Amino acid sequence: MPIIEDVRQIIASHGKLPVDVATLADDADLYAAGLSSFASVQLMLALEERFDIEFPETMLNRKTFSSIGAISSAVAELAPDEQVA
Amino acid sequence: MTVLGSAKAMTLCERMRRVAAIAATHADAVDTAARFPREAVDAMRHERLLGCQIPVELGGDGASVAEISELCAILGQACAAAAMVFAMHQIKVSSLVSHGEEDDWHRGFMVRVAAEQLLLASATTEGGIGGNLRNSICAIEVDGDTCRLQKDATVISYGTEADAILITSRAHPQAASSDQVMTVFLKDQYTLERTHVWDTLGMRGTCSDGFLFKGEAPAKQILPRPFAEIAAQSMLAHSHILWSAVWYGIAADAFAKAQAFVRAAARRSPDQAPPGALRVAEASALLQGVKASIVAAIEKYDAARLDEDKLSAMSFAVAMNNLKIASSQTILSIINHCMLICGILAYKNGTPYSLGRHLRDAHSAQLMISNDRILGNTSTMLLVHKQDTSLYG
Ligand SMILES: Cc1cc2nc3c(=O)[nH]c(=O)nc-3n(C[C@H](O)[C@H](O)[C@H](O)COP(=O)(O)OP(=O)(O)OC[C@H]3O[C@@H](n4cnc5c(N)ncnc54)[C@H](O)[C@@H]3O)c2cc1C
Repeated sequence: MPIIEDVRQIIASHGKLPVDVATLADDADLYAAGLSSFASVQLMLALEERFDIEFPETMLNRKTFSSIGAISSAVAELAPDEQVA
Repeated sequence: MTVLGSAKAMTLCERMRRVAAIAATHADAVDTAARFPREAVDAMRHERLLGCQIPVELGGDGASVAEISELCAILGQACAAAAMVFAMHQIKVSSLVSHGEEDDWHRGFMVRVAAEQLLLASATTEGGIGGNLRNSICAIEVDGDTCRLQKDATVISYGTEADAILITSRAHPQAASSDQVMTVFLKDQYTLERTHVWDTLGMRGTCSDGFLFKGEAPAKQILPRPFAEIAAQSMLAHSHILWSAVWYGIAADAFAKAQAFVRAAARRSPDQAPPGALRVAEASALLQGVKASIVAAIEKYDAARLDEDKLSAMSFAVAMNNLKIASSQTILSIINHCMLICGILAYKNGTPYSLGRHLRDAHSAQLMISNDRILGNTSTMLLVHKQDTSLYG
């Protein structure tokens, strides 16, 4: 499955968003959509588990988790063998 | 690096020492009556310290975080409530300086704060939300050029004395609870209906009553950046550093009294070490720990400010949270040591060694954004953030 589809699925189950993830564009602001800092950590943990990666300190910031697209490119950077799109 | 040797820093400190001298003479009266430290705040205005953080080109002194922290510590040794008023005002100014410089209205407002020595208050705490400042129930309504807001603000320090209130809310009525903005409302743009009276154990002079806030103002007074950014990039660090500096001041004054007590005993019988001497040494070590943590946090903040990514990194938030936890807990141990050293003269009011007010004021530190809440946030971050184990770095 392409990374972005996996990311969407993980956000749907761990992002605790008050809106349906399917309605969000790849570049929609997840914080404006209601992503809390707590849920963003749960999201990170789920992504680390799914892709067998570890987010380095430089990626542990708001920007990395600001949109579905941003998360997917961070994952793509850390898991070069995954299918990007 | 901190540059407190400069002429600018020295004059700032001299100005604050004059304020502190006035604050000290009224500190007990402010505490007893739970009244606003008016004499101290008037003195801040007279010394033009309310605008000290504002950039020089807008009429202030462009004071650094290190300099403002030193000012908080100086005043904290005289009157903790007045020092906390000063610190809270400066935390609000930091939001304007860090996030409002590009915006015409907020630039103009900074010029006014410096020129007219306006006092700014804060309304983040909300009924039903408590100290979880990154969430709001209330929402601002923008209607053309006008914005309207009603908030059940359960704690607004010196709310009735302020010239403006910076208040958080959801960004619009459909916004998620964490999608927030902060808005400046000027005194003639809101009404305050008192809902809670601040009759507390300590910090009685901050007059942090609860109010139903109702405001209407031009929409351009909403800060141009999302509150999430303001909170992460300037408010978190400023709050924890400046609060800690005030708390350090309380502990440092208690320590000075305890040391004076032991020195007086030692002078009376120079051949015999006074019984409190060891405790003074212990308290000295604890006080040095608090001081070192504050200075390290200031240096970390100064370094991170040059790089937006560092400011919003988890390591930075964890470090600032840790400062708040450590300083709010350690000052209680220090003051308790000092109380044991001075004995009943510390426990009694009205002696040169009285520490009741210090101890009561210091107890607010753990509640001012509950330590449990902060530890909860830090523990979440530590699930993914690996603490740096090097000594420097
Ligand atoms: C001197 C002083 C001045 C202040 N001035 C202002 C001001 O000007 N403006 C302003 O907006 N606010 C101000 N405050 C309020 C302050 O910043 C906090 O918001 C407020 O003290 C929190 O109140 P609370 O303890 O009732 O609420 P909560 O934060 O809800 O905490 C209540 C209790 O529940 C527990 N708790 C709740 N949630 C959690 C969680 N997630 N994890 C762990 N434990 C939890 C905590 O242990 C705490 O004991 C001031 C406070 C003080 C002490």
